[in-house]
Order: sequence, then C-alpha cells, then structure tokens
Amino acid sequence: MSIKTRSDSRAAKPGNSVLNGRAAAFFLSPATIFIIIFLLVPAVWTLYLGITDYKLTGFSAANPQIIWFDNFQKALHDPQFLSSLKVTLIFTLGSAIFGQAVVGFILAWVLSNVSKRVRSTVELIVICAWIVPSSVVSFLWVAFLNGDQGTLNMLTGLNIQWLIKYPLVSIIIFNIWRGTAFSMLLFSAAIASIPKSHIEVARVAGASKLQQLRHIILPSARSFILTNLLLISLWTFNDFGPYLLTGGGPGGKTELLSIFVYNSALRYLDFGYGSAIAALMLMMNLAISLIVIRAGKKNR
Amino acid sequence: MARKNKILEKSLSERVTTTIFIALVVSFFMLPLLWLILAPFDGAPSYRLKIPHFGLQNFEEMKLNPYAYRSLMNSAFFSAGTGLMVILVGAPASYVLSRVKFKGRDSFLYLLLLFSSIVTGSAAMVPLFLLALRLNILDTYHGVILVLTGGLIPAAIFILKDFTDSIPKSYEESAQIFGASSFRILKDIVTPVIRPGLAVIFVWSFVQAWGNFLVPFILIRDINKQPGAVMMYSFYNEGGQAVIRLVAAFSFLYTIPVVLMYFYVNRKYGFRFYGGIKG
Amino acid sequence: MSVVKIEKITKVFAGGVRALDGLDLTINDGEFFALLGPSGCGKTTLLRTLGGLEAPTSGAISIDEKDVTWVSPGARNIAMVFQDYALYPHMNVRDNISYPLKVKKFSKEEIEKRVSHAAKALSIESLLERRPGQISGGQQQRVAVARAMACTPNLYLFDEPLSNLDARLRLEARTFLKQLQRELGVTTILVTHDQSEALALADRMAVMDKGQIKQIGSPAEFFHRPQNTFVAAFIGSTPMNLLDGVIKSSAVQVGANTFAIPALAQGKVSEGQEVVFGVRPEYVTLSSAAGIGIATGAVKVTENLGTHYLVSAECNGILFRGTVPDGNEPKLGSIVHLTPEASRTLLYDKTSGNLI
Repeated sequence: MSIKTRSDSRAAKPGNSVLNGRAAAFFLSPATIFIIIFLLVPAVWTLYLGITDYKLTGFSAANPQIIWFDNFQKALHDPQFLSSLKVTLIFTLGSAIFGQAVVGFILAWVLSNVSKRVRSTVELIVICAWIVPSSVVSFLWVAFLNGDQGTLNMLTGLNIQWLIKYPLVSIIIFNIWRGTAFSMLLFSAAIASIPKSHIEVARVAGASKLQQLRHIILPSARSFILTNLLLISLWTFNDFGPYLLTGGGPGGKTELLSIFVYNSALRYLDFGYGSAIAALMLMMNLAISLIVIRAGKKNR
Repeated sequence: MARKNKILEKSLSERVTTTIFIALVVSFFMLPLLWLILAPFDGAPSYRLKIPHFGLQNFEEMKLNPYAYRSLMNSAFFSAGTGLMVILVGAPASYVLSRVKFKGRDSFLYLLLLFSSIVTGSAAMVPLFLLALRLNILDTYHGVILVLTGGLIPAAIFILKDFTDSIPKSYEESAQIFGASSFRILKDIVTPVIRPGLAVIFVWSFVQAWGNFLVPFILIRDINKQPGAVMMYSFYNEGGQAVIRLVAAFSFLYTIPVVLMYFYVNRKYGFRFYGGIKG
Repeated sequence: MSVVKIEKITKVFAGGVRALDGLDLTINDGEFFALLGPSGCGKTTLLRTLGGLEAPTSGAISIDEKDVTWVSPGARNIAMVFQDYALYPHMNVRDNISYPLKVKKFSKEEIEKRVSHAAKALSIESLLERRPGQISGGQQQRVAVARAMACTPNLYLFDEPLSNLDARLRLEARTFLKQLQRELGVTTILVTHDQSEALALADRMAVMDKGQIKQIGSPAEFFHRPQNTFVAAFIGSTPMNLLDGVIKSSAVQVGANTFAIPALAQGKVSEGQEVVFGVRPEYVTLSSAAGIGIATGAVKVTENLGTHYLVSAECNGILFRGTVPDGNEPKLGSIVHLTPEASRTLLYDKTSGNLI
C-alpha cells in the first residue's frame, strides 16, 4: 500500500481533532440557538419590559411606553410587594439555609456512621420526598395538614387549619421536607470524599465525634457547603411550588416573589410591573450568586 | 464493662440518640408519603391515613374523567419529546466542548451553568409567555417541549461534557490513523460509547419535564393538552369530597413512572462503559 | 518497510511551550527505534507528529522519500498502538481487529484472512469473540498490536505500549515485542520513559530532553559512551557516579581523591578546568589497599542487587559507588578502597555537560 501524498480532503488534516472548524460550529449551533432564545433573550427582555408600562390589554398593549424606573418606584412603595419580598426572604432563610442545609448535613453525618442497610433505607425514604412530582407532594401535604381530617391533627389531637392559621410556617416545613434530600446527598458525597485516614488520625488522637466534626469534616466540606448553599438558595428563592399548596394566600401571607410576578403579569396582565419585579428577582439571583462565589474565593 | 464500652466505637448514649434521631426523621418523611401508597387502593379514601378497604375502584373511576388518562399521555409525550430534544441538541454540543479546546472554555461552561441558575422559570415567565405568543407556539405541544428543553440544556451539556471527557481521545485518534472519516468515527465509535451517558440524560430530562408545573401552567390553555402536573392540581383545587378518589388514583399513576425511572438510573449509575480499559 | 526522515521539526504549543525544537532524525528501514526521555521531554509529541495527530509548527517529515508533513494520518499507511490500547469497548476482539480493514475497504475474505493471521501471530485466537472488558491487560495489549498488524502498515508507532502492564508481564511482553518486530521487519518507533526497556528493545535510540535530542546511537553506545551528563545520569539501572572535579596537574581532582584522566580525554583538557568525572558502579570494584586512582572511604549503605551488592562509600568528601559480588559485601562503616576501571571512565565538561 503506497502513501497518498495528495491530502485527502475528507479526512481531518494533521493536528485537528475529529471535527474541523465548520463541523464544530454546526454541532454547536442548535445548543447556541436554544440558549440564546430561551435564556439570553428572556433575561434581556425581562429587563426591558420592566422599564415599560406594557399591559396585555388596553391602551398600553398597543402603545407601550418606556417609563424607566417608574415600575421600580411603584414596587418600593407597594406594600404587597414589600410583604412578598419579606415572605420570600423568610422562606428562603428558613427552609433552605436553616432548614434543608442543616438537616441535610446532620442527616448525612449521622448516616455516615450507621450500617449500610439502615443508611440505604433512610436515604430512600428521604429521596422519595424529593422525586415525587410537585403537584402530588403538594396534595399530600394539603391532605396531611387538613383541618378536619388531616393526619397531623389526627396524631396530635389538635384541630388547627394549618395552612390557614400558620401558612408561612407550613410552607417552610413543607419545603424542608421536600428539598432535604439534595443537601443530604451532596453532603454525603462530601463526607465520603474525606480520606478515612484523616478521621482515624483524629480518633487515635482522642478527638470526640463533635470535635472530629468541627475540626476535620466541616473544613474539608467547605466547597461542598458553599455550592450547596448557592444552589438551594437560588432554587428556593425562585420556587413556585408553594403556589400549589396555598396559592399565595391566605391574604398574601405566602405570596412568594415568583407567585407575585405570576399574579401581576399573568393574572392582572400588568406585564410591565410584573417584569420589573422579575427583573429585581434576576438581580437578586445574581447578587446571591456573587456573594456565595466571593465567599468561596476567600480563604483559598 | 465500662472499659469495654470505651473501646467500642459507639457509646450507649450515642446509639440511643442516633436511633431516636433516625426514627424521628423517618417518621417525618414517611407520614405524608404513606397516603400515596394506601389511599389509591382504598375503597373509601379520605384525607387522612387509614387502613384501606382494598380495591381498585378508584382507578376504574378515573376512567370516567375524560381528561385524566389523557393528561398522563400528554405528560409522556411532553417528557419523551423533551428528553429526545435535549439529547439531540446537547450531545453534539457536549462533544465539541469536550474535544475542542479553546481559551476560556471551562470558565465559559461555569458561566453558562450559573447563568441558567439565575435565569429561572419564575424570573423569566413573562418573556417566555410573550415569546411563545409571538412565535405562535402558545398552547402547543412543541412549544412546551422547546421551552422545557431550553431550560435543561445548560445542565445537560455540563453533565454530558464531563462524561465525554472521560472517554479516551485515543479511541478517536486510533480511528483517525486507520483512515476513518470524521463521519465514520462519530457513527462507529463515539456514539456507541456515549450511549450510557445519553440514556442517563434522557431519563433525567424526562423526569424533570414530567414533574414540571410552571411551564405548561403558563403556556397551555387547552385542557386536552394539559399534562398530569397541571391536571393533578386542577383535581384537588376544585374542592369537594368526591374528588379524592380521582386524586388518589391519579397521583399514584402519575408518580409511579418517575419513581421507577429513578431506580432504573440509580442501578445503572456510574457511567460504566462495557469495559475497554480495565483498572 | 520505510525510511523515516525528520527535518528541523519544531512544535510550539499555544502558550509558548516549545515541545519540539528543530529536531533532525533519520530512522532506517526495518529498524526498531526507541525514543527515550523523562516526562515532558517531547517524545510523545514527536511520535504523534509522525502519526499526523499533531501538525508541526515548522519542518518536514518524509516517509520513503515522500513528504507527508501535511498528509492526513489515515493516508500515511501507518499504525499506532496507544498507551491505553484504545480498544473499542462496544466491539468484540474480532471486530476491533477488523475495523481498520473495514475502513480501508478490504474485501470480506481478505479481512478474514488477515484477522486470523494476526490473531495466530499473537496467540489470541481464543479471544476473538470476547469483549475488551473481558480480557486481561496483557491480552488487550496483544489485541492492540494485532489490530495494528492486520493492516500491514509501512511504519509502526508505539506509545509506551508496556507501561500499563504489571512488572512481570512487562518483561515477557518486551521479549515478545522484540521477536515480533524481527519477524515482521517493519520500521518501528517506540516511545518509552523506561531506559531499560529502550536499551533492551532498540536497534538504535534517541534520548530527548525539553524538546531536544541529546544523543542518537545504539544502546551499547548509550551505555558505554553517553555523550553528555544528562544521558549519563538517565541511562543505567544503577545510578552512574557523576562527580564534580577539577583538572590539577594532569589528573582529575574529585574532592580529596585523585583519578587519572581517561585516555580519550587526554590532551583535550586544560589546567583548572571544571569537569564531571563519570564511571558506572558496575565498573568500580574493591581493591585491597589505597592508591592513586582509588577512592578510600567508609561504607554508608549496601544494597542487595541479587548477584551483586551496590556499595556506597563516603570517600573524602564524595559519595562513591561500586559493586561487589554477592558474598563479599563489606560491613557498614568499614573502610573500603573503590577502584574504577580506567578504560570505563568518562570525563565531561562541567559547563556544557558534554563528553570530552
């Protein structure tokens, strides 16, 4: 077999990967298009809509005007918005940071010390709460918290309409129940990634379980903790799920920002105002991300 | 006796606290869930947990609702469509991002992932609605599939690229030396080896789409096109005792596919490829 | 059968890394040529450039007088065996071996013939229906070689083919590979970081460091006359004695020891020149008494090499190594007199590192 010295145009030239430049661009284009249309455009459009008075019906639908920061001014003086913001912050802090992260971590730590069978069983149950679809778990909790026939009242002997009397607390507990599995799995991975020898050196040196936790496990798991906090904060801050439990009520007591946006824009059809709030949400998401990432970069 | 306990890893008090803690946790997580296993098979279900009078009447009754079974079909269609779309769009992109090195590639990917976490469905629901309106895909099957796919693509690419990275470049290089064309290499070698990763991403996308409430809630008006997520909500949001049978049966059927898929992926988890290189 | 010529090949990677620096090399027809060097020296980059997986920044490569620098890898009629064998996990062994033949559009009968021939030559006939994941590392390696063989290329490129094998298997595979290459008679270029492997397998070899070739020659030349201190330190299972010294009154002064100037270096050195004195421990033996050209000192370490002991002694400011036959090993701390064989000593210029 001789050597073909005329370069074969169909095969890749020396030094190239399998794909030449054109093919690579072709492979990337569908994904790029999707990202532009469904991620970039909506982000920018939200910001744009936020500075208009666009409504779906009426005069402003045909002639939307740019009103710059009027929507944002309106929001800052809107008691409903301020209440929604407060509710969302409490919800996020309570159910994500102090709820899921803490419970998830404690669970991961406790389970790392028990037998494999116990561990798999407990993990399974916790995970089920996470993978069952949101519409279903919402009903499960509606039933559980029902005033007349709910299981909680049955067990405690109380007769409280939980979702009406303590709505915010209820959705916080609900969200902790729902989301702990993720934190638990993440922290389990973090703990498993610590070489056993590190822990054993401490044990031999006489450290108690709590000391091991403080001095070895927590520092090692630092990056996992930050990643976890970032993700669950973002997810919880933007969560629409509680809508299925309370619809935002009673009286706006559980009206998270996502629900507030939905009501303003898609029920009252004030797209401009709704988008302004959504734009604020985007910026707060960005702020949360930057804070956590900055915290991660310090102490490297 | 006390000395023996000191040497053992766990003291008695430790064991007791651990057991109590685990018992509390298990009860907390299980109680709401138990309804899902008991009520669907209960001849007379109610809100609370009770011993069921076993029977499958609820499922029969579900057939009477014209939209119940249909919505499950819709869910299946949306989810399968999304899963397929994510693979078709994501796999080629992941391959390029894995094999072609360019400056700032890794930071680009992290930024992309971060960006997709910031631009959430909740924050973007208005433009998504308007976009669907303008593009004439409001209240359509393909509209929902496209929007769901768009939201899942960044994470899918991130995961698939990671997976493709673990496939040795020598597979493709050896084929290049043997004179195989790029098309041949992709067809004969890359695709078969990537298959496990594609399967996992398909299932993951399917499950995400199956449970997604917000997107179809915003985009679909026609009740015949509603997927299970929204239909389920309408069943118990309408109120009334009679609905419980329907809700019970429906929630069970709507949940089972997701649970089964999770266990399927869990069993196969770990991206094993049928062993080219040992050790 | 091919002659491979490399002319002034330079490869600069993005970021300014100069992986190959103006290399010139000719590999003869049918030769088993080894490229040896530490990690990062550029040997794999050179191999990959020969294979067409990397394009040189400048320079030319020719196979059999034909310029192939810009010819796509598939058109060069070469075969490459990778360090991880690159066996496709979803195909069985037979399909793996026949894959290149399918690509090159051989007929079914021809493929069948070549596959059985290669399988027989490498004793893997019983494995043809198995998947790569079901066979051992050594077997995988042979399948990879069979796949290369089946397309009867003009040139074989081996990238550390034995590195992934256990120590024992590696030695067996080494013998097997040498024999196979002899029988096939095809030009073969092998990259390795293991100097004993290169010495054992190659007809000729080159040592590389930081993108440059430090020496080209036969294994014997490398062992007995390394051209510079880098090569001298790199070659040999036991570390060569390489000691800093100065020329003083027609002798080499190393620490407080005096050695004779090696014959080949006579007349080429000047008084006061800084040099490096080299001799292999295998050529350093024990004498009964001290004297000129003998280093005397206390034994610090003895290492058991099987048939010999490696003795390291502290001799007036230097650490000198010699070997002693099994049974005569000296006690730790005892005084020994180490005598290098004069004809085996080498002298290097300190600044350039080159052989004088």
